[in-house]
Parts: sequence; structure tokens; C-alpha cells
Amino acid sequence: MSRRQEREVLTGHQVVANAMRQIAPDVVAAYPITPQSEIMEYFAQFVADGEVDSEVITVESEHSAMSACVGSSAAGARTMTATASQGLALMMEIVYIAASMRAPIVMAICNRALSGPINIHADHSDSMAARDSGVIQVYGEDAQEAYDLTVIAQRLAENHDILLPVMVTLDGFTLTHSAQVAQLLQDDAVREFVGEYDPLYPLLDTDNPTTQGPFDMPDYYFEHKRQQVDAIGNAPEKFLELQEEFNQLAGTDYDGLYEGYKLEDADYAMVVLGSTAGTAKDTVDMLREKGEKVGLLKPWMFRPFPAEEIREALEGVEAVAVLDRSLSFGSNGPLYLEISSALSDLDDGPRIYNYTFGLGGRDTTAEDLAGTFEEITDEELEKKMRYIGLRA
Amino acid sequence: MAIDLKKYDEIPIAGVVPGGSTPEMNKTGDWRSERPIWDEETCIQCLQCWQNCPDAAFETEEGEIAGINYDYCKGCGICENICPVDAISMVPEEEGEDE
Repeated sequence: MSRRQEREVLTGHQVVANAMRQIAPDVVAAYPITPQSEIMEYFAQFVADGEVDSEVITVESEHSAMSACVGSSAAGARTMTATASQGLALMMEIVYIAASMRAPIVMAICNRALSGPINIHADHSDSMAARDSGVIQVYGEDAQEAYDLTVIAQRLAENHDILLPVMVTLDGFTLTHSAQVAQLLQDDAVREFVGEYDPLYPLLDTDNPTTQGPFDMPDYYFEHKRQQVDAIGNAPEKFLELQEEFNQLAGTDYDGLYEGYKLEDADYAMVVLGSTAGTAKDTVDMLREKGEKVGLLKPWMFRPFPAEEIREALEGVEAVAVLDRSLSFGSNGPLYLEISSALSDLDDGPRIYNYTFGLGGRDTTAEDLAGTFEEITDEELEKKMRYIGLRA
Repeated sequence: MAIDLKKYDEIPIAGVVPGGSTPEMNKTGDWRSERPIWDEETCIQCLQCWQNCPDAAFETEEGEIAGINYDYCKGCGICENICPVDAISMVPEEEGEDE
């Protein structure tokens, strides 16, 4: 029996703040930044109202926020934070350290373009900058997914075979500020699902003292980085297990590292992260009505990247449009590089094209994406970076 | 000093040192290129070397400098610099080992 609450109209901020309230972390350290601030405003209100007894640390910067989170996590406290854009950029030094110290901090990233020019709207340049930091990254399509992924992320992060920070991303404004229909779980259902945090080396366990975060010379740094490879490598299997367990609770049918939408028999596929997958579903429906065999692949998990699963899903298609909402100047987009690498072993694999879209919150419509599907049917289409919605 | 280097899956994660780590357990003065030599005859026991040593390499007995603990001295030379009577001189490590 589903332990969902009634359907409500909620913003991305509200669902994430409620997930945090239900998870009831010991410590939340954060600094306000658009479009993340309301998560903390709602959460601070829950604390002030006595609905959750977390210690909220209001710090002077995101660098300090993440530093406080690392300290708190090392102490053995369940720890969460949230940020976006410049905040994540300022946090970045400590994000790497959190991953290397195996601190299972769950953080909402409200995707926003990195300056400059300064912009407050959605793209993925912020979370993609954290791509190589060692954190697990999952991308939500809508408020419901952002909520569900946050609840799942807590267990994923704290698994002793993983013990890594998890970034749950949701597109700024599109998801954070828009009111959508979503269903929370009952409070006790979330509490039971996440359970008690069982830290492996709590610094406050003075009967079993530990030193944490020490200096590594060349004789051990490499070995410690290699451990992180194994840790993040354990995430996909655990994520799938947790999805199953979550389904029991929520009546959902999550069953993969990516969502395939009308992909099974598709000749042409689109790969895109985050909220634009919702737009792409409309495009797919629109084109399917016209008899065109198109489908969508939306990775939930970007780090670690589920290359094998995605190769199996895409190997039969004619052509793939990979949509990146960030640029890697002088190269291809980060998602394209992953897909390209995943399909590189295929002898007769699909043609793969890279599209950049939606930078700085540029709107991308279902019609725009129909044009993209149309374009990749051309077998002679030149391989080069293409841009959706750019005046050129 | 032979060190038994462990494989990546043989060590605790994240560089955690179970049991904790203090200088008492780890000698930290093994990368010195110069070592201070203390001349007891010249020393006026002003204790400025003891006070300014960034580690705790100056050993004292009953309030007086008694010697230098090379297990912790990094060879920074602050003691030589601070000494008002030139009772401390830095010498290359290889030479110093013989003294």
C-alpha cells in the first residue's frame, strides 16, 4: 500500500525542504543563493516551528557551508546542504574534500548558469563543474523526482560501501519556483526508509578515536583516490536496490539508472538531463502521433555514468541527439562525451550529434526539439556542435 | 627506514587513521635537510629557541634546554635565527649526523 500523502501543488523548493524535514538531518549548513534560497527559508521555518530538530548553521559563504558540513559529517552527524551556481563554485574546493573524506552529505543543487555574464536562470554549468569531484549526481525531471531522489539519495550516500556526497539537481526556476503537482510520503514512511544514520568513523566516538583528513604523500594519495573509484562504482547497484524499496513505499515504478520514454522501438533518440526531458516527452508524443518512431532517454544518474546500460538502450537506434545544457568550451558537451564514449565500442552504432540548448535559462520548446529530431534523420548531417534556440 | 606500503584495499577509507594519530606515534622529523647543533657551553638558557620552535623539538629538564629531539625537528632554522648568542648552528644533515 502506498504511503504517499495526498496530491498537492508544491514548488521544487517546497518538496526538497519537506524531504529534508522528513529525513531530519542532524545538521544543515547553508548560505542563501538564488534559486536555492527558499529551500533554506522553508527548512528554517520547519526548524523554528519545531517540526524538525536539525541544527541549522547559517554561515558566511558556501565555502564555509560545505566546510561546516564536512566537519559535521566527520563528527558522525547526518548532514545536508543546498546551493546553486556561484555558491557551488565557491564550495567546490570543499566538495572535492567532502568526497575524498567520504562524507555522505546530501545536497540539493538548484541548477543555475555560472557567471559571467551574471545570470540567475537554469543551465547545468554549475553541476557539470562538479562532475569530476567524486560526488554522485542524480538529475530530477520535475518536483516529484527531486523529492523522490532526495529521499533515495540519503540512503545511497550513507551506504557503507559508498559513503559519498550526493547532489540531487533540479533546474532553477523551472523546477525550483514552479508549482507542480507532487505527492510527499508520510513523515514516518520517510523516517523508516532512511533509518538511523550509522557513521563508520564518527569523530565524536572518543572511545574509538580517529584522525580524519590527514595529509597524503605520493605514497598513499593514489591509493585513496582509487578507493573513491570503487565507492562511486558501488552506487548504481545500490541505487537500483533502493528504487525497488522506494517503490514499495511510494507505489512508484522506478527501475533504472535512466528513464526510457518510448525508446524500445525508436529509430531516433534524444538524450537530455533534467526538466527538459519533460518537454522532450511532449515532443515524442507529438511526433509519435504522426507515426515517427522517436524516443527519449533521460539519465537519472550522471555520476557515476551508467555507460553500459545506456549503450544497451541506444545501440539499435539510427541516430541520437545528445542535448547538453552546458558548454565545455573547445570540446563537446559533457553529456555528449559520455554518450559518445558509451557507444564507441559498437561496430555499427548510431550516429551521434551534440546539441547545446537552454543556456542561462533560454527557453526550449517542444517544437524546438521536434526540429532537432527532424534534423538528425538526415544521414548526411555534418558532425559539429549545433545550437537549439540560438540566434545565428 | 623500510615502510610496508599497503594496497588500496588494505587501508581504511578516506585516509582515516583508526586509533588516532599524534606526534607521539609518528616521528615527523625525517625530511630535514639541515639540522641545528646546540652548543651547551655558549647557551645562556634564555629559552627563546624552545619558545619559537614551531614543533616541540627542544627538550628541557628542570626549566633548562637539555637538547634537541631530532625525531621532530624539521630543520627550519628559526632557532638558529632567534638565538641571541649564536649557540645554535645549522649544518647539512649528512654532516650533522656524525656529530
